Amino acid sequence: MKKVYINSIGSISAQKTFENASFLETIADYNDTVLPAIDPVYKDYIPPAAARRMAKGIKMGVVASKIALAEANLENVDAVITGTGMGCVVDSEKFVSAIIDNNEEYLTPTSFIQSTHNTVGGQIALGLGCNGYNFTYVHASISFESALLDAKMQLETEEAENILVGGVDELGAHTVKIHRLINHIKPEAVTSKTVLNSKTSGAVFSEGANFFVLSNLRAAQTYAELLDVKMFNTLEIRTLSKAVLTFLQVNGLFISDVDLIILGNNGDVAYDTYYHELTDKVFAETPQATYKQLSGEFHTASSFGLWMASKIMKSQSVPEAAQLNTIQTSEVNTILLYNQYRGENHSLTLLRHVEV
Amino acid sequence: MSELREELKEKIIEQLNLEDVAVADIADDDSLFGDGLGLDSIDALELIVMLDKDYGIKLSDPKEGRKIFESIGVMADYIAEHRTK
Repeated sequence: MKKVYINSIGSISAQKTFENASFLETIADYNDTVLPAIDPVYKDYIPPAAARRMAKGIKMGVVASKIALAEANLENVDAVITGTGMGCVVDSEKFVSAIIDNNEEYLTPTSFIQSTHNTVGGQIALGLGCNGYNFTYVHASISFESALLDAKMQLETEEAENILVGGVDELGAHTVKIHRLINHIKPEAVTSKTVLNSKTSGAVFSEGANFFVLSNLRAAQTYAELLDVKMFNTLEIRTLSKAVLTFLQVNGLFISDVDLIILGNNGDVAYDTYYHELTDKVFAETPQATYKQLSGEFHTASSFGLWMASKIMKSQSVPEAAQLNTIQTSEVNTILLYNQYRGENHSLTLLRHVEV
Repeated sequence: MSELREELKEKIIEQLNLEDVAVADIADDDSLFGDGLGLDSIDALELIVMLDKDYGIKLSDPKEGRKIFESIGVMADYIAEHRTK
């Protein structure tokens, strides 16, 4: 089977990540419960006639994919695979609100057309003229990993050479309101620096799009090799460490081989215990990093985690704002990512350094 | 009539999300479709719904829209003549 490489990246997030030349050099520090993504100038990437029907999630997805394609020096790809937890929630809210407000009359087509979960993947393909495989995975916090695994398998078996894979989710006003009601959003504003120690339940919500060109051909700009991805819909905390060790073992690795573990802590006191189970015990002597204090929480926030891991692997440096403990490593050859949301839909992703 | 024309321009800009277009940019006799404002078939459906919702005009034959939506001026004349609200 062919090896799979992350050849390029593109990110739009609550940090200024849309310029690939920099890597979290300036941290946007918030004191809030919901963080909108920092917008690039969308007009620089999308013609105004096309952009006027696009809600933010579509724009973020299209632009992040364009940044990734440009870095990979590609005009087109063999497939577009997208992961999204909530899809195009802004247009969904608009369409459903219109049904209610207008007593099921006067329904306009635009928000309906743009409201489906696969709109982002569709718009990317339309823009590229890509008639290849186009699939959107919707599975809460493993939506992105599902897309990643699909791409990995296709590249390993040489069904494709270059695949655009990404995770995208946008904030919708009504959806945020509902999440506040059910206490999935923190009751109090917290800063990025204190969120992981906030001792309250709920998370700081956000949005973003992170796209990657995955390929079975190594290139000059390759970030890392994608070694493995594994998902668990349910995983009890008492079996977590064993599941992680087994995952490493399958890949011929031990705990001591992991140079950095990147975790999806979001500061929810009720569910960060999963992460503590690893950081306080089996990975207590391993350099640790986190990313949701920078990206906020959303179903595909783990794609930001992979973006950060790719950058770390290439730059061989862990930004101070991401470091969870003080243990340093001289070389980052192997990175393990672990994420879950509210104790469900766990994912493990393994990256290896590539000499280019 | 000029008030209705200005109102239509504002509604079209807002509902069709024409971000870079201002009311002053649209002349009363500019073509709304094709080389003029560049609207397309999805916009035509939006305009049909707008006529129904805001002015009580139901277009039973979508082909009628082609003539009615020729320009702001033609649209305003038609609305003034047929509106029920």
